[in-house]
Amino acid sequence: MEQLIEIMQNLHPDVDFETYDGLVDDGILDSLDIVTLITDINDAFDVSIPAEEILPENFNSAKALWELIERLDTV
Amino acid sequence: MKKRIIPAVLSVVLLLAALMLVQAVLIPSRYDNREGHLLCGYYGVSDKHDVIFVGDCEIYEGIVPAVLYEKFGMTSYVRGSSQQTVWQSYHVLEETLAKDPDVKVVVFNVLALKYGKTPTESISRMTLEDMQWSASKLQAIRASMTEDESFLSYFMPILRYHDRWSELTAADLAHTFRKHEDITHQGYLMQTDIVPVDPADTRKPDMLINTVLPARSMEYLAKMQDLCAQYGAELVLVKAPTNSVKYYWYEEWDAQIADYAAANNLTYYNFIGMDAELGLDWSTDTYDAGLHLNVYGAEKWTLYLGNLLVTNHGVQDRRGDAALDALWAERIARYTQEKQQGVQTK
Amino acid sequence: MNFASFEFLCFLCLLTALYYLVPKRAQWVVLLLGSVVFYAFAGVTCCVFLLAVIVVSYLAVAIMGKRQRACAAWLDANKELPKEQRKAYKNKNKKGNLAIVCTGIVILGAALVYAKFVSGYFGFKVDANGLHLGKYALEIMGISYYTFIAIGYMLDVYREKAPVQKNFAKHALFVGFFPQLVMGPISKYSDVGEQYFTPHAFSGKNLYCGAIRIAWGFFKKLVVADAIAPAVGAIVAQQKGGVFFLLLCLFYSVRIYGDFTGGIDIVLGAAEMLGIRLPENFNRPFSSKSTAEYWRRWHITMGAWFTNYIFYPLSVTKSMQKLSKWSRAHLGTAIGKRLPVYITTIVTWLFTGLWHGIAWNFVVWAMLNCLVLLVSQELEPLYAKFRTKFPKLHASAPYQTFMIVRTFCLMALIRVLDCYMNVPLTFQKLFSVFTEFNWGSLFDGGLFTLGVSKTSFAVIGVGILAMWGVSQLGKDRPLREKLWEKPWLGSLAFAVVVFLVLVFGTYGLGYDASAFIYGGTFN
Repeated sequence: MEQLIEIMQNLHPDVDFETYDGLVDDGILDSLDIVTLITDINDAFDVSIPAEEILPENFNSAKALWELIERLDTV
Repeated sequence: MKKRIIPAVLSVVLLLAALMLVQAVLIPSRYDNREGHLLCGYYGVSDKHDVIFVGDCEIYEGIVPAVLYEKFGMTSYVRGSSQQTVWQSYHVLEETLAKDPDVKVVVFNVLALKYGKTPTESISRMTLEDMQWSASKLQAIRASMTEDESFLSYFMPILRYHDRWSELTAADLAHTFRKHEDITHQGYLMQTDIVPVDPADTRKPDMLINTVLPARSMEYLAKMQDLCAQYGAELVLVKAPTNSVKYYWYEEWDAQIADYAAANNLTYYNFIGMDAELGLDWSTDTYDAGLHLNVYGAEKWTLYLGNLLVTNHGVQDRRGDAALDALWAERIARYTQEKQQGVQTK
Repeated sequence: MNFASFEFLCFLCLLTALYYLVPKRAQWVVLLLGSVVFYAFAGVTCCVFLLAVIVVSYLAVAIMGKRQRACAAWLDANKELPKEQRKAYKNKNKKGNLAIVCTGIVILGAALVYAKFVSGYFGFKVDANGLHLGKYALEIMGISYYTFIAIGYMLDVYREKAPVQKNFAKHALFVGFFPQLVMGPISKYSDVGEQYFTPHAFSGKNLYCGAIRIAWGFFKKLVVADAIAPAVGAIVAQQKGGVFFLLLCLFYSVRIYGDFTGGIDIVLGAAEMLGIRLPENFNRPFSSKSTAEYWRRWHITMGAWFTNYIFYPLSVTKSMQKLSKWSRAHLGTAIGKRLPVYITTIVTWLFTGLWHGIAWNFVVWAMLNCLVLLVSQELEPLYAKFRTKFPKLHASAPYQTFMIVRTFCLMALIRVLDCYMNVPLTFQKLFSVFTEFNWGSLFDGGLFTLGVSKTSFAVIGVGILAMWGVSQLGKDRPLREKLWEKPWLGSLAFAVVVFLVLVFGTYGLGYDASAFIYGGTFN
């Protein structure tokens, strides 16, 4: 989780990712950010986030994103 | 539920009322169009007729029933309208015979046989709208409709005329509820202008492309014959005298109709070129350079044809019946008066 | 069957009556039969294409579904195996499914490209004399829409985001539900699928809301869009330049807005009468303050389709991921971060353009949209600075209006490309704005030589105001729902809209007084 926050902080240093829960809905993450984020996450956690998981509810908060990563790692 | 139904029903009623009112304004009243209401007069008369003429402009501007009664005591009516096609003539005849079942002779002018389908939507609609509602009218509409027309628009004319909102004038409002006036003389539309045939005009008629008359119109001609037979009336085919390269009656068509008449035991009179017998003078007897007869020409053709109808087809002389004489005297007087005054065309 | 026709209204009324009369279990069958009748009017060739798309997508979905179930069963039975082995099995299964879905997409894509483009060169037609081969461009009604619905569904099943519809007839109804066969919306199974098959009780509210929405759609289309269409046609046909080019931008925007949103109103209204909510395709698009926002509010289901099924999948492909890493390592973060996204954005827009039609004008149209989007994205930091520096000015009504007008003008300019269907000519006319000063024709009656009379312009103007008013009143929730709550106002509003459409709509043969003068046909 800390590693994920760090990755996200690299994108937008001014956002408090620990608590924010409207990253997509409020337009903080645009499609460009999302694609960058996915590349970083795939690299760091050895998962591959598929296109079908690119949904607002999965990217609205760091917590949701972390849950997605965990879910992808299980079968 | 009630609080929904009442507003809904009332709104629908209001909508229909508004549409009907607007429709009354939007339907062209054709008060300034002399050829706008040629069929409707017949529904207002109650006397019987021995001879019915059906056809297009050539017949309603060529045959004068007043003259026929005056000279031969023949009771007749002209049921023609602008560019009246064969199927329209058929259905008009159908409703006429239903009302006038004792007709002896039906005279049909053959020019319209050249149309296998409705040539002009607007003119066709004028004819149809002028007919009274009946099964015949419905069938006439079905038979006449052009490709882009909707059947519904004959019941809701606003669908056809709604575009007129942008060109409405005060006169339209004034004429909204005016009833159609019958300006014909038993179906005859008087023309008193004289526009002679130009003797220097050497134009030739257009080359004939379809040498055979359309099958569809011939089919309706056959139906017309059956209809007459059903009522015991004799069908006589005529071609009005004309002298123009426009709306030309080609020799090929003439031959086809002559053959058809012979094969079906019908009489066919073609009056084209019979100027000497009829006494026609194309410098005085036409109002549009030979396309149609004016009143002077019409009287000459009427007399000649009337004579044929009496001698060859046994049409009775009805004079002597006091009521009938009085009725016709009135009509003849109105006719004579209008002829003397002359018609204001424009 | 044309939506804007009396036949369609009769058809819809009959269908609706039948729909609520039959037992609720059979309602979906009525919808299916209705769709068959509706599409049958389009002709045999059209039906063959629709049926082919239904069959292909059904097979793909059914096979994938079977494999997915088998896979789940295997995983269930082999819980004790190591994670890696289980993962490998699942991935292998997924790869097989990928092959199936790709085959399906290739077949449907090929049918779409053939119908829309190739048939113009190697087409066919069928008539009384049999089959003819040659340059007969096919016109397959709605193929762009239902093909995309089918492809989207196959992908959703592949992604396990939508259930597998095993019933062929139900699958056919989902792909071929009649209202969306002409102009979309491009619906997703997860949004609408089950709605078709669940029972719908008769509801006066649905009936009213659907009916008034249809009436309003007719208003937009017949009173506004079709009325201004002759002016659009005249400016293009007469190749008028200068101020007329600007007028064209404006008129065409009005026309396409009225025509497309009005058409969609009829579609969604028809579905609503049957108790089915299709996804909205427009959300007051002309109130957008930026191009990106505009594309989230105009033709929404198409935009979402391209984002979901082209943009994101393309972004997360292995090669894109590699490119991203490589470019960031070699070109620096700023460029490296952008390069892959730019490529995917451009490719996505290229597809969007070609979907509208395989022609250069659509390619240029797409690239211009793409350019505006990317440039405004790059300028975003600048805007952000401006916002923080002048928060009051930015929030002020004039500035907000300025942003709306700016977006409208930009979009109108780009949109005009599909009027001319000719790229150089479009630009030539655009430049004529600066070289041809004919602004005087706005006031000397030149405006009224375009086939639209002064009175018609007035009606169109009032119609535009009405459309704006209705969209403003429906900001929070649809106006029709508010009207339903007020029985008197609601009923009257319906009556008024119908009246206006019947009197002021552009339909029928048109009235020409001189045509009714018989003499006119003679001399």
